[in-house]
Amino acid sequence: MNLNFSSIKKIKIEKPLLLDCGVTLSGFNLAYETYGKLNEKKNNAILVFHALSGDQFVTETNTVTNKDGWWNLAVGKDKSIDTNKYFVICANVIGGCMGSTGPKEIDPSTGKPYGLNFPVITIKDMVSAQAHLLDYFGIKKTLAVLGGSMGGMQALQFCTLFPERTYASIPIACAASHSAQNIAFNELARQAIMADPEWDNGNYLTSGKVPRKGLAIARMAGHISYLSEQGLQNKFGRKLQKQTDVKFTFDADFEVESYLKYQGYSFVDRFDANSYLYITRAMDYFDLYKQNNGNLSKAFDGSKIKYCIISFSTDWLYPTLESKKIVIALNSIGAEVSFVEIVSNNGHDSFLVDEPAFFNTLKGFIDSTYEEFKNEI
Amino acid sequence: MRFEDDVLAGLIDINSRVLDVGCGDGNLLLHLKKNKKVDGRGIEIDQKKVQESVAKGLAVIEGDAEKDLISYPNSSFDFAILNQSLQQFYDPRKVMNELLRIAKKAIITIPNFGYWKVRLQLVLRGTMPVTKNLPYTWYNTPNLHMCTIKDFYNLCRLDNITIEKSISVSSDKISNIQRGNLEIKNLLSEIGIFLIKK
Repeated sequence: MNLNFSSIKKIKIEKPLLLDCGVTLSGFNLAYETYGKLNEKKNNAILVFHALSGDQFVTETNTVTNKDGWWNLAVGKDKSIDTNKYFVICANVIGGCMGSTGPKEIDPSTGKPYGLNFPVITIKDMVSAQAHLLDYFGIKKTLAVLGGSMGGMQALQFCTLFPERTYASIPIACAASHSAQNIAFNELARQAIMADPEWDNGNYLTSGKVPRKGLAIARMAGHISYLSEQGLQNKFGRKLQKQTDVKFTFDADFEVESYLKYQGYSFVDRFDANSYLYITRAMDYFDLYKQNNGNLSKAFDGSKIKYCIISFSTDWLYPTLESKKIVIALNSIGAEVSFVEIVSNNGHDSFLVDEPAFFNTLKGFIDSTYEEFKNEI
Repeated sequence: MRFEDDVLAGLIDINSRVLDVGCGDGNLLLHLKKNKKVDGRGIEIDQKKVQESVAKGLAVIEGDAEKDLISYPNSSFDFAILNQSLQQFYDPRKVMNELLRIAKKAIITIPNFGYWKVRLQLVLRGTMPVTKNLPYTWYNTPNLHMCTIKDFYNLCRLDNITIEKSISVSSDKISNIQRGNLEIKNLLSEIGIFLIKK
């Protein structure tokens, strides 16, 4: 695949960023994309946070890969998040590989790609970095911050770090901390990458290698966890590829096998293996309970933010129970919170596919919130 | 809005904090938000209705009051509303007491099983009553624990709950229920609306 990084929009932040790990980034780049127009009052901005494998290209065409944006179904003209009306901003997370500062970028002190010399980052670091985008656009307060999965974690973290800078927050299909199972899946992915000799202790960019197999397997493991048992069964069942019977070999006999392989290897073309290590680590370290001495309510205390928490019935990676814990914590401090569990067959990935009940909830919440917010500012 | 919802809304103070348990499509809550400037919250078990409520800008949680009320802190609301759904809970007594833990006062409305038309159907026809306020047949009714206004009074006495206001609704007319007219109101009211506290 030909990737075209030349058209990426970037801002260079000169301010130092003290990371959770203790290291200070003296400055960093934020690659971003925007959709729609910021109105005169600057009260129609929506900040979208992307998930593990996502990027700043929320909708329209991803100018790097030349494919559709990852949330084309939800964001765009006349979509649930209507870019005729709202100004949608999304940045590539730091540690990512779509133009923001991360392990793939050149370390100014050595002139080589950072590789494993890049400091370990957290969700908090990612969010602190992205807040600079709001300053750049002169936006005091966004209408909403939102995202699914890791994007949802960022939406939660944003509320704890910058309670005055958003009117509403929509954490989707996420949790306030990573569970043992979440960490286990991420560790499986990291081990797959690091077991690939081509990974070369993280130096593959310098040595001209590509850990294709490791990253592809990592993605395959991830992909299984994003789908529901029923969803996979409905889509593939025991369907064989073109042949009529099994071949008694280890080639891909079943459709589900070739599907997984395709998902894995096409991912390698657009994603950096080290970024995968860094971002999964950041997710594993995410723990709003720990950040608040075990009391999740404290994370949000005193904030006037309107919350809309959304989970999906067949999401076993971030099950509804995890969202409910957030709802309970918010309820106990009297926060303004809405919560819906969307019944869907599509597992964790439900937020990325055509799910009308989800889109309706999203649209209803955002539009009604805007009616209140625009009278306030 | 239904006539009885209007009566109910009349019991809510301006600028108060309100929890509507089983808020349905959120119309009552929206009315209270607009006209009484309440800081309102809702719980609703039906996902579609939650979506409708959320689209109206209301803070509504999809959940089962029977299980989820426990997560609300003591006295976090001025009023908790239970609008014609007390009879649908497995443990209505517990729910009622939970409401009075969460809120300073509760407003509970019940379809009165003591209403004369209801009684007559059972006595004369020998079938389970089907009326305007009890539109279900026995095999598809969500109502598990039907009660009369008198039953409600008795439960309040048993649990040391004070009934501050007690309103009878019949043919879209309201009147006060008192101890002295309880027997007759129990016969003539289609709906009972109660403002209670502990």
